[in-house]
Amino acid sequence: MSVTPEAMVEQLDKSSFWSRLGPRDWGWVALVVVAAVATLVGFGEAMNRFDQGILVGTAVGLVALGWYWRPSQVVSVVTAALSLFAIWRYDALLDGAVNVGSRTLAETANGDFFLQFLVSSQSAIMWMSALFVLATVTYIGALLVRSPFAGRVATALTWSGATMGLVGLMVRWRESYLINLDYGHIPVSNLYEVFIVFAVMTALIYLYYEGRYQSRNLGAFVLTVISAAVAFLLWYTFDRGANAIQPLVPALNSYWMKIHVPANFVGYGSFALAAMVGVAYLVKQRLGGDGENDRLPSLALMDDVMYKSIALGFAFFTIATILGAMWAAEAWGGYWSWDPKETWALIVWLNYAAWLHLRLTKGMKGAPMAWWAVIGLFITSFAFLGVNMFLSGLHSYGEL
Amino acid sequence: MASTRAERPRQGGNPRSLRRRLFEFLGSMTLAITLLVALGVASAIGTILQQNQPYQDYLIKFGPFWFEVFKSLGLFDVYSAGWFLVILVFLIVSTSVCVSRNAPRMLKENRQLKTDVAEKSLRAMKLNQAYRLGVEPGIATQGLRRYLGSRGYRLAVAERDGETLVAARKGALNRWGYIFTHVAIVVICVGGMLDSRMLLKLKELTGNLAVETRDLPAAEVPEISRIEPGNPSFRGNVNIPEGQRASVVFLGLRDGYVVQELPFTIEVEDFHVEHYDNGQPKQFKSRLVVHDPDRLDEPLEKTISVNHPLIYEGHAIYQASFADGGSKLDLKAWQLEGDVGHSDALEVEVFEQMPFKLGGERYRLEVGDFRLFNINKVEGPDGEPVERNFGPSFQFKIRDAAGQAREYQNYMSPVEMDGARYFISGMRASVGQSFRYVHIPADDKGSMETFMDLLARLHDREAMARIIERTVGTALGAAGGADDRRGVVSGSMLRLVELFNEGGYDAIGRDVEERVPAEKQEKVFEAYIRVLQTVLLEAYVETLQARGVDVAAMDEAAWAEHQRFLEDAVAAINGLAFYGSPVFLQLTDFEHIQATGLQITKSPGKGVVYFGSVLLTLGVFLMFYISQRRLWFRVREAEGGSEVLAAGTANRRTMDFAREFERMNRELGTALGGGDSKESSRQE
Repeated sequence: MSVTPEAMVEQLDKSSFWSRLGPRDWGWVALVVVAAVATLVGFGEAMNRFDQGILVGTAVGLVALGWYWRPSQVVSVVTAALSLFAIWRYDALLDGAVNVGSRTLAETANGDFFLQFLVSSQSAIMWMSALFVLATVTYIGALLVRSPFAGRVATALTWSGATMGLVGLMVRWRESYLINLDYGHIPVSNLYEVFIVFAVMTALIYLYYEGRYQSRNLGAFVLTVISAAVAFLLWYTFDRGANAIQPLVPALNSYWMKIHVPANFVGYGSFALAAMVGVAYLVKQRLGGDGENDRLPSLALMDDVMYKSIALGFAFFTIATILGAMWAAEAWGGYWSWDPKETWALIVWLNYAAWLHLRLTKGMKGAPMAWWAVIGLFITSFAFLGVNMFLSGLHSYGEL
Repeated sequence: MASTRAERPRQGGNPRSLRRRLFEFLGSMTLAITLLVALGVASAIGTILQQNQPYQDYLIKFGPFWFEVFKSLGLFDVYSAGWFLVILVFLIVSTSVCVSRNAPRMLKENRQLKTDVAEKSLRAMKLNQAYRLGVEPGIATQGLRRYLGSRGYRLAVAERDGETLVAARKGALNRWGYIFTHVAIVVICVGGMLDSRMLLKLKELTGNLAVETRDLPAAEVPEISRIEPGNPSFRGNVNIPEGQRASVVFLGLRDGYVVQELPFTIEVEDFHVEHYDNGQPKQFKSRLVVHDPDRLDEPLEKTISVNHPLIYEGHAIYQASFADGGSKLDLKAWQLEGDVGHSDALEVEVFEQMPFKLGGERYRLEVGDFRLFNINKVEGPDGEPVERNFGPSFQFKIRDAAGQAREYQNYMSPVEMDGARYFISGMRASVGQSFRYVHIPADDKGSMETFMDLLARLHDREAMARIIERTVGTALGAAGGADDRRGVVSGSMLRLVELFNEGGYDAIGRDVEERVPAEKQEKVFEAYIRVLQTVLLEAYVETLQARGVDVAAMDEAAWAEHQRFLEDAVAAINGLAFYGSPVFLQLTDFEHIQATGLQITKSPGKGVVYFGSVLLTLGVFLMFYISQRRLWFRVREAEGGSEVLAAGTANRRTMDFAREFERMNRELGTALGGGDSKESSRQE
């Protein structure tokens, strides 16, 4: 043996976190920092301290996310590029004018090839819808005929759909300011907008697990729930005209919205994912469980994904609910009012708290927990949708 | 929960085991899950049944029986109900017991590194693996130390009988996650209870507080329904008109309220609404002045708006709503009984109550509200609903001597509908109903006068007798009927007009039903209506002439318009028969005074709840994302190097640890010249 024992021992040292970062990681940092600094320098005067804080926080978050999950770098860059392209088109066509009103804005978008067919918020959202539905069909096809190629196509479609959804949101954000500076707000303010957030968030969380476990076959299940959201979104657009950009009611006009709503949707997205994995689990179990040459991942793995997803959702849902309480303390005069939406958030939280207790303390696994995760989705959906539809309260924004 | 009594055994039971059993029950997972679910279900009930509505509404909705049942179960205010509190207290106790039972053990485990683990125990662990290394035990141990140490493991090494046992653990914070989350729940619940109405309930139970259900000005509310400024926590509302001040808030309690006195006075200088360009409200702002001579040298001025409250001396003052602040209204009161068609000018304020007498009856006018804008959805030109502003309106009740009241909503300006303009007045007999509308046609000057003149004429016996005489004359003149026949016809026509005045077409219909054989009713009714219409037309022409309109010179188009006016007027008179008010109140002018709706809260528990929330967040992440791991490596000399028996446990049975365990041993093996692993087991 040519190596001395000392050297052998030394090589057992764990390489430090920093030394494991490669050139791509540092490139990513450079890119994000340059973008953030450019924004601060160029627009810092128009931002208040909260805006600046949120910008810096977003930059840090993007760096961390990019390091932890590299594919997110690509999504971020493509989203930024397409969004900036759309913003540039609008500015060029409108000669930098703002406060143009929704009619002029729509006419402007319809008069430009790129905006009309690709990157105006409406087109981007339609692309997202189409891509998610296509991805669903492809995933199902890939699962049925066991085609790895179709699986890869489905993954690419999902990535593209999520990206277009993000572009749609970004451009919509800008459009709200172009219509009227007073209207301008982050597009997470009504059911239409948060449905897009939901679809994108669920897709991204799914893609993370897909990459992590190298298994595409859960896509057929998860994308189904995304397609359902897309179906609702389309009905909401064409039947109700919900896609119109409306100004904010006074209670929503707060920086809290920027953090409360996205945090909530990491929660909702994760819970939806867990439920769909639960469905896959139950289907597989019904078909005889683990065997050789399985289409679906092993029951143990699905069980694990279910737990991880619920844990992630629970953590973010906790944060979101706390942020919501803090916001409520500022807007409604109390951190807790037993408003139906608040109360249903608590019910969702209690439900998953109970699930996690059984899982972590009693070590319960298997079909009952999968069933519970599926039922959890119904409770979550009611909190997310049903409350707005059937119950009145502060979150319906009927008052003030 | 431990009481001294429990230590004195009765019926020969073992006191320690009883106490322990109670302790175990309170700390049990079954109870915890049950409580979580129970709390969820109870909370859901409170969202399905709308909370804290007026009791009258519940009574109408559920009927007297279920109303009483629901009331006694506290379902109208679930979140303050005794049984809800019991669930919460149980949750606090159960969680506390859990923590106190588990925390010491966990913390002890966190400090421990057991080095006296037998081989049998190692092999019994979920993860264990035995393999050979190409280096002597000393180097292997060194390697293990290096490998584990650099990965954040705490180590303990023991040597016994030529064997070395390396014990390692990592992720002690995971246990802190458990402690943080559970303590957080207790902290949050306690904080929430500090801000709850428990103190109020206690005062009520001990007879120191009574709920006031009458609608009284704050100053007149009796002492028993008032709370001193010292109350540590409350959440109340008050409406303050512009230019006025208040030093109390009202706390809604069941079907009434109590008055909470404030240690300062709030003056409202101004309230205004900012609008977006589409008319939607953008922001609500109140300019406040806080007067507090004891603490402030100068009054404190501050403008608050939604999302931007004022915090003063532990009190948070929020922009919560707005209302009318006693707008001054100029009215024209048209008499519908007595001297019909006569009008008097009247000045009232919103919220004012004004008794009046008319036709020997006593009434009371109660002005309820004034609204500057009324955006209503109407059918637009292309059939799509569009929003239109109907302009100012005011709402009032007319209460008769028996206490029966009807509610009205009158718009100030005539509203255009299908090419004509109408004064709209809505009427309803009770709050639960929707308004029924009377449309009084406006004349070409946009006034109500022509209509009221016509109405006056119809009630004027003399004028009507003259008109009827003339009509009958023209009709029978040619035939030259006898005088007494003339008298009979005129008399019945006058009766017809009176019937119509009193009860509209329905009254005529009833009259026909009473006096005419069934088979002739329809024919007679139609004839009556024809006659009535002739008389009404005559009366209208005379009204116009009296108003100086040259009817003869009218062209066809103008006449058609007047015909439509008459039709509308007749419909309106028919409607007024059911109006139920002796006067018609027309709004002629107003001075809009608004009141801001403030919510004032004192919540000492807020800091506690926020602290608990931080603890909870921290705990949740520690618990999910730091996993607690324990590893043991038994190293002993073997042929050509050393033999390792590795074993590990983690408190999360995720697949990650199993993978990590495998990788770890593989890496160790590769680095330290390991052979193939002899035996390994992974149990799921």
